[in-house]
Amino acid sequence: MPNVMLRRSDDGQLLFYVAKKDLEETVVSVETDTDDAWGGTIELSDGSRYFIEPISPRPDFPTTLRFNRA
Amino acid sequence: MSTMTKQETEDLIQEVLEVYPEKAAKDRAKHLTANDQAVDKSSKCITSNRKSLPGVMTIRGCAYAGSRGVVWGPVKDMIHISHGPVGCGQYSRAGRRNYYVGTTGVNTFTTMNFTSDFQEKDIVFGGDKKLAKIIDEIEMLFPLNKGITVQSECPIGLIGDDIEAVSKTKAEEHGKTMVPVRCEGFRGVSQSLGHHIANDSIRDWVFPKSEGKAFEATPYDVTIIGDYNIGGDAWSSRILLEEMGLRVIAQWSGDGTLAEMENTPKAKLNLLHCYRSMNYISRYMEEKHGIPWMEYNFFGPTKIEEALRKIAERFDDKIKEGAERVIEKYRPEWQAIVDKYRPRLEGKRVMLYVGGLRPRHIIGAYEDLGMEVVGTGYEFAHNDDYDRTIKEMGNATLIYDDVTGYEFEEFVKRVKPDLIGSGIKEKYIFQKMGIPFRQMHSWDYSGPYHGYDGFAIFARDMDMTLNNPCWDAITPPWKRGSADVAEAAE
Repeated sequence: MPNVMLRRSDDGQLLFYVAKKDLEETVVSVETDTDDAWGGTIELSDGSRYFIEPISPRPDFPTTLRFNRA
Repeated sequence: MSTMTKQETEDLIQEVLEVYPEKAAKDRAKHLTANDQAVDKSSKCITSNRKSLPGVMTIRGCAYAGSRGVVWGPVKDMIHISHGPVGCGQYSRAGRRNYYVGTTGVNTFTTMNFTSDFQEKDIVFGGDKKLAKIIDEIEMLFPLNKGITVQSECPIGLIGDDIEAVSKTKAEEHGKTMVPVRCEGFRGVSQSLGHHIANDSIRDWVFPKSEGKAFEATPYDVTIIGDYNIGGDAWSSRILLEEMGLRVIAQWSGDGTLAEMENTPKAKLNLLHCYRSMNYISRYMEEKHGIPWMEYNFFGPTKIEEALRKIAERFDDKIKEGAERVIEKYRPEWQAIVDKYRPRLEGKRVMLYVGGLRPRHIIGAYEDLGMEVVGTGYEFAHNDDYDRTIKEMGNATLIYDDVTGYEFEEFVKRVKPDLIGSGIKEKYIFQKMGIPFRQMHSWDYSGPYHGYDGFAIFARDMDMTLNNPCWDAITPPWKRGSADVAEAAE
């Protein structure tokens, strides 16, 4: 269950950062990404997938959330 | 040897690894690579931030070095107690040359060493009482200090002292900021964890106190984060930012103060020079206070120009004009430097092995002087640093993580660079091998190297080292062959 910090990069993409693992990857796809819910399975540019129960409403980035490995 | 192909570089790595036992060779192989710009993620080609192999000569430091020496040490109006045996503080005292303004011993304390000087009885009975006593003594002897940090050395964690409790009690008693830092040297694999712990202690012990303090903000407030003012680096960076119209409200932590740190959450933009040691607190401020941060590079005119424009983009037209004005103003200045030194340095090859940001940031400055960096590596980088390095380095150049003394020597023997930039522990080995060397941790007692002013000094120093006549005297006359032997006059 890594603690993940999500932030926008300079070009507006969502970055997925896990300090303890030195992991900083771009988020490629989010299962649920609407104005009133955000979450589900999230895929990163290196192919790894993480899961979070959808949060509503969509959180403001940057923020820290707890993910599970999908 | 001129440029190596990727195959040659890989062969060289294999050859160097041959002397190790099989298991060690397998482990070390992961830390060495030939650069390939096509790789977008460094984790595919290099492993970093792992425990050093027992038995090899590593050049790394410890968590205490990362916290006391790097992050907290330069905060000039606080007193940093090296809590534990006397040696850790004394042998690292003032070694980083973090310049500052102030009267040492009265209102600034950076170059002084405060220690609790642990003895056997402190290990046996615990050192909390001693800590409380020296905090009281400090308050009596140095009343102008703005706060105290307790930098733990190894025994503190081992014997389980409660430095947090002492700090809390004493903070209330004296009404000052007291920061317990759990940076025992045995934590983590290198000084890198010390940076992280120090960052976290700022977050937990400094920021909460600053909330609600009055601050007069302007739309142009920025901070310099991760510049330790080595030889005056932060000052030569600061003037450029101020000239373009920005207001620098804090320096972290070179020539920095506690008040500046407390003001930082009110900045509009955090400018991050040393990503490795201070990205943690920048990320925290982004999340908690909504302050964006960006990395910049003030080594060499090309990179400075790039950085100034990138910084200006975050602000309005006034700053953008300011940036252009600054770039124009200094162009003749650095052009003269390049004209003077480039012919003397053109084509020279450099190998670097330094700490947090320099192995990649300095490359631009060398390139401005027509030099080429053929090998680079970090003592304590993580993979995100290597992600940033791969793009800066040429293809097939050597990249080494946590290089061992043996590997570094062998690489140098084979690659035969014209100049090496590394630390004091490497300096004399390579000088005795007859290779010009610059100590790039504290700029070899020179500096600053940041900014346009720094570039002039950088170029002069590189020329002074490389073209020093002493390198011709390495081979004694009787080994030079008959042609050079001077005959005694009759």
